[in-house]
Amino acid sequence: MMGNVTLLEFLSMGREVANHRPWPRYQLDAKGWRQLVEQMTVSNWEILAEWGEPAEVHVLLRGEDSGAIAVASHPCPDGAFFALGQVRPAAIRLERAIRDLWGLIPEGLEDQRPWLDHGHWRVTHPLGRPRQYDGGRHLYKFLTAEGDGLHQIPVGPVHAGVIEPGHFRFHCQGETVVRLEERLGYVHKGIEGLLAGKPILDAARIAGRVSGDATVAYAIAFARAVEAALGLDIPPRAHWLRALMAELERIANHLFDIGAICNDAAFAIMLSHMGALREKILAANHAIFGHRLLMDRVVPGGVSMDLDEAGRQRLAALLPRLRHGFKRAVALYDQTPSLLDRTTGTGMIHGTLAHRFGVSGFVGRASSRSVDARRMPGYPPYDDLDFAIPVLAEGDVHARVQIRMEEVRASLALIEQILTGLPDGAFLTALPMRAGEGVALVESFRGEVAFWVRLSETGKVVRAHPHDPSWFQWPLLEAAIEGNIVADFPLCNKSFNCSYSGHDL
Amino acid sequence: MIPPITKMLARHLLRSHTSKDKFSPAEAALRELADSLGLAAQAKLGRSLAIRAVDAGSCNGCELEIHAVTHPVYDLERFGIKFVASPRHADVLLVTGPVSWNMAEALRRTVEATPEPRWVVAMGDCAIDGGCFAGSYAVAGGAAAIVPVDMTIPGCPPTPINIIAGLLALLKTVDG
Repeated sequence: MMGNVTLLEFLSMGREVANHRPWPRYQLDAKGWRQLVEQMTVSNWEILAEWGEPAEVHVLLRGEDSGAIAVASHPCPDGAFFALGQVRPAAIRLERAIRDLWGLIPEGLEDQRPWLDHGHWRVTHPLGRPRQYDGGRHLYKFLTAEGDGLHQIPVGPVHAGVIEPGHFRFHCQGETVVRLEERLGYVHKGIEGLLAGKPILDAARIAGRVSGDATVAYAIAFARAVEAALGLDIPPRAHWLRALMAELERIANHLFDIGAICNDAAFAIMLSHMGALREKILAANHAIFGHRLLMDRVVPGGVSMDLDEAGRQRLAALLPRLRHGFKRAVALYDQTPSLLDRTTGTGMIHGTLAHRFGVSGFVGRASSRSVDARRMPGYPPYDDLDFAIPVLAEGDVHARVQIRMEEVRASLALIEQILTGLPDGAFLTALPMRAGEGVALVESFRGEVAFWVRLSETGKVVRAHPHDPSWFQWPLLEAAIEGNIVADFPLCNKSFNCSYSGHDL
Repeated sequence: MIPPITKMLARHLLRSHTSKDKFSPAEAALRELADSLGLAAQAKLGRSLAIRAVDAGSCNGCELEIHAVTHPVYDLERFGIKFVASPRHADVLLVTGPVSWNMAEALRRTVEATPEPRWVVAMGDCAIDGGCFAGSYAVAGGAAAIVPVDMTIPGCPPTPINIIAGLLALLKTVDG
């Protein structure tokens, strides 16, 4: 182990891979990789994503203080690698997934249970060296809790509400949750397998459907990764229109979730109020951009359609109406003690745990982590825009609601700035045919979305990996519910609102 | 001081917040659909149709629009059509997403748990034929690959108007 060493200094002992932009990628041999894992026990470097290839494992890292970002890769032709999950619990599920998909064994990882592979695919290691699977069903052993009067409550994968599928196994003592264990992977669609070999624009369509609620953020992340790989600069107007769509998406999701959190505390009027407000945004999206959720509006090279003057005016007219309706909702929330009683002190995440898992988004910001990809590493046009990043330390459902309310206000102010300062010019540029590798980090409403791509010189995606912020938020939900009552689970769950689809891929 | 909730309830009771919204979506089309859907629901099912939504692998885009039809602007429940928590209470299963192999068994069992007569509606392009996820090792295909499907609602995702129109079409095929 080395003492005070920055991420880039440390990684420079490896071999730098050419044509990887905008941040470098280094290949480490077995010794170097092991040193990296050991160094992670003392460094405050954060894992942003970890994924595989048939004979190589990659990790996207951020040196927390310096903000430097780099990919560390470890070729492992013998099919095994020293597991990062031994020292960073956030990587455990990522490495279980790497084993399922690419067949690379995370050595030293205590939990070797499969994660995404439920035994139904008819192949094992579909993205590595696939083999016909003729075994029986997987028996999944849940973690246990023992003691007098403990009972289990299995929930899912088909849930009571209109939400995505996943299984929750509760161990309870009376009303109190002693342990929650999640089992996910039900909506695994093999997205990385589908992306490989696709022409860039076909892949963009799939990238925008990794998690439908964050379609704009995913489309931007994919487009930025492709543009980085091609070394392509897009017109300034395209950057600004992307940000406009991203902030509209952020507000629509926050409004709906704040309403749904209150609804899960049996305060249904808030959901109705927020639903009506949200509908104003989606209706405007539909009228201006032709799609209510803005799918396929951000494409590699820019955006697929421009904002005309009528659209600009309609959005400008919408802002005061949203502000007004939102102010009413906040007043209602703030002055309803029975509701505050449910959200305050419920589902606590301590700041140390949030840091340990490197969690991003409002879950992190409600637990004293001030990370926001729009600021660090930052990307255009946010460097020209003025916005604050709210941070609280309480870490309960109430704090997450407060952060989201603050973010709605910040996004409304951002949209105002974008509508005023929107530069003129082209909104789309042609893609050159060039080979290369690119990576991007984009702030979705939920947190940091990472996208890594490798392109061939024929304009096709060779490999791509999307990473959802939910990977690091799901495990914290298990911690948040501990010691709370079962009836507060929907409340806690909605205050996180992790993506199943984005996580399961 | 009058608490905010009292003000808000009074406002909602005294005047509709949707009718004065000049930006509300395709208002005329919606009203027309709503009228015929209301009539059909009353004639065929005595104003009671229970839907169980099943996400069989969707990207969650379809779920967002299902939520939208239950919100005040579209307000599906005014026709007696409501979303229920269990397939045991359902008349219609609204299936979204390509069916992932990991969800195939759960979908099959959910259909089996729904009492007859029941209808299965595949909602969204993915549920119809797998959409952009078709051909993956992890995807069985559209809903029809696993369970019998009675009707489809296309779109990626279908808009609330499309969803309401789809349910109306279903009601018209139901023998009252």
